[in-house]
Amino acid sequence: MSIVAENLTWGVKRRMIVQDVSLSVAPGETLGLIGPNGSGKSSLLRLLAGLRRPASGRVEINGQNIAQVSRKALSRQVAFVQQSAATDTNVTVADVVRLGRTPHRSALAGWSEADEAAVTQALGRVEMASRRKQAWQTLSGGERQRVHIARALAQAPQVMFLDEPTNHLDIHHQIEILRMVRELDLTSVIALHDLNLAAMFCDRIVVLEGGAVRACGTPGAVLTPELLRQVFRVTAHVSWSPDSDRPHIRFSGEKAQAPG
Amino acid sequence: MSSDTSGDGAARLVLFLGLSLVTLILAVAAATAIGDYNIALRTVFLSVTNELGLTGAEIAPIEQSVIWNLRLSRALVAALAGAGLAICGAILQALLRNALAEPFVLGVSAGASTGAVCVIVLGIGAGSLSLSLGAFAGAFAAFALVALLSNGATSGPNHTILAGVAASQLFNALTSYIVTTSGNAQQARDVMFWLLGSFGGVRWPDFQLLLGVVLVSLAICILMARSLDAFTFGDEDAAALGVPVVRIRLVLFGVTALLTATIVSMVGAIGFVGLVVPHAARYVVGPMHMRLLPACAMVGAVFMVIADIASRMIATQQTVPIGVVTALVGVPFFAIILYRARPQA
Repeated sequence: MSIVAENLTWGVKRRMIVQDVSLSVAPGETLGLIGPNGSGKSSLLRLLAGLRRPASGRVEINGQNIAQVSRKALSRQVAFVQQSAATDTNVTVADVVRLGRTPHRSALAGWSEADEAAVTQALGRVEMASRRKQAWQTLSGGERQRVHIARALAQAPQVMFLDEPTNHLDIHHQIEILRMVRELDLTSVIALHDLNLAAMFCDRIVVLEGGAVRACGTPGAVLTPELLRQVFRVTAHVSWSPDSDRPHIRFSGEKAQAPG
Repeated sequence: MSSDTSGDGAARLVLFLGLSLVTLILAVAAATAIGDYNIALRTVFLSVTNELGLTGAEIAPIEQSVIWNLRLSRALVAALAGAGLAICGAILQALLRNALAEPFVLGVSAGASTGAVCVIVLGIGAGSLSLSLGAFAGAFAAFALVALLSNGATSGPNHTILAGVAASQLFNALTSYIVTTSGNAQQARDVMFWLLGSFGGVRWPDFQLLLGVVLVSLAICILMARSLDAFTFGDEDAAALGVPVVRIRLVLFGVTALLTATIVSMVGAIGFVGLVVPHAARYVVGPMHMRLLPACAMVGAVFMVIADIASRMIATQQTVPIGVVTALVGVPFFAIILYRARPQA
């Protein structure tokens, strides 16, 4: 499923947080959203997922304006994975993944075989099938994130939005989660902080600065020392390993020159 | 926690509901038999079947009247009030994502007391009907204020809780002001006693009204049970699962306010039940609301009927306010649950 955003604008009171953003994501593509703190990554992600209404502009998913689709119908196609979601409720892993079936069930419908199959498959996909009875509270950060991705998969979406899914995870789990997402047969948009992870796993990258799109393209085209210095205010060297077409960024500890 | 496959969990729930229904019937029978003047259980059952036209046993008219007109209606209202408060507690704990939420968190009881005081002390209106109406009006005034302060419940849970605290403080202050400036000692005592709750004086019309309100509320809540589950990880997460968050919140806040206001205006602000019963029920049937809400209703009903029996037995010739008993009876049970449910570190 394709995603097209046209001239999205959104703000709180008089402060504009997302300014005139247009982008498109091709079916099956993995798009990375990067940008410094406060550049509007999370807000843009929520606008794209239909969790917030833009002040102006529109989002189309598979050619359909999402403002005209009901919440429930939208959530059968679009899943959203929050960064470090938490609860005090004493739920099991299976309970959490079952929540993913919410948009597919009517108010009183029983638990169907299709629901059970979706949950089992989703748990298997994130390699948590043997943990379904475990209390969610006892999981580690990486396991919780995998369970939340399983819940999103149980929604049977065609589009997945992930807000910094690798936050607070060790490097192994960061790579595992992003590899898993890229291998899914889905269109996905991921907000990321780690530029090297974005370079490794995204087909294309959108760089946000001050709520507006600063650059858009393949990792190699976007992640240049010049852009990194201007947007992120760091001195960086970009190298290319001989066995891949993806750039690798090495940061310098020296103070960056002022942008401009 | 519910077992893994839904079938087992459903069987467990049915077993639990069946057991608690039997317990409830026995508790109501006991509540009808026990009193200043004890009546044999057999007589109680025969009296009920007589009234229903199933038997024609001979029972002294005085006993028949005590059983049917005083005690049975009282026990059934107690059961409904317990069920209603427990449901409200479970709903508010889920919507506000706060384990300490209870039916009075939205200022309803404080508003009801102000309304009741206006009737008792200021003499607005007259008679017991207007006391209930005054309490009901006050309860809804408080709820309206909370809804206004929290932007129609569209702000976050903590905002709503703070609005409830503010409304409670305001209405409690109003109550104290009215009592201290214009009340006498007897009136103040009446007000306090009424606030702590009493099932004395409830009759069949109260039962019918409360039955209707509880059944309609429970039906609405059951229809929204799936959506309530989706609030587990917060409002935005619920929205991402396709739940119309604002609409669900408004409807459920409205239902809990209506149910609580009806109960408070009838029997006073009975604390503890709405806070504790949901936790106890969750311990047995798990946190998912399709199971939790019916379980809460049954546990709340049984608990309140037993508390009412205790309130009449603790002190001879005196009726201890029901709110005192719910805490006295409830805390030991709750302590056991808290102890057994402690995290397995």
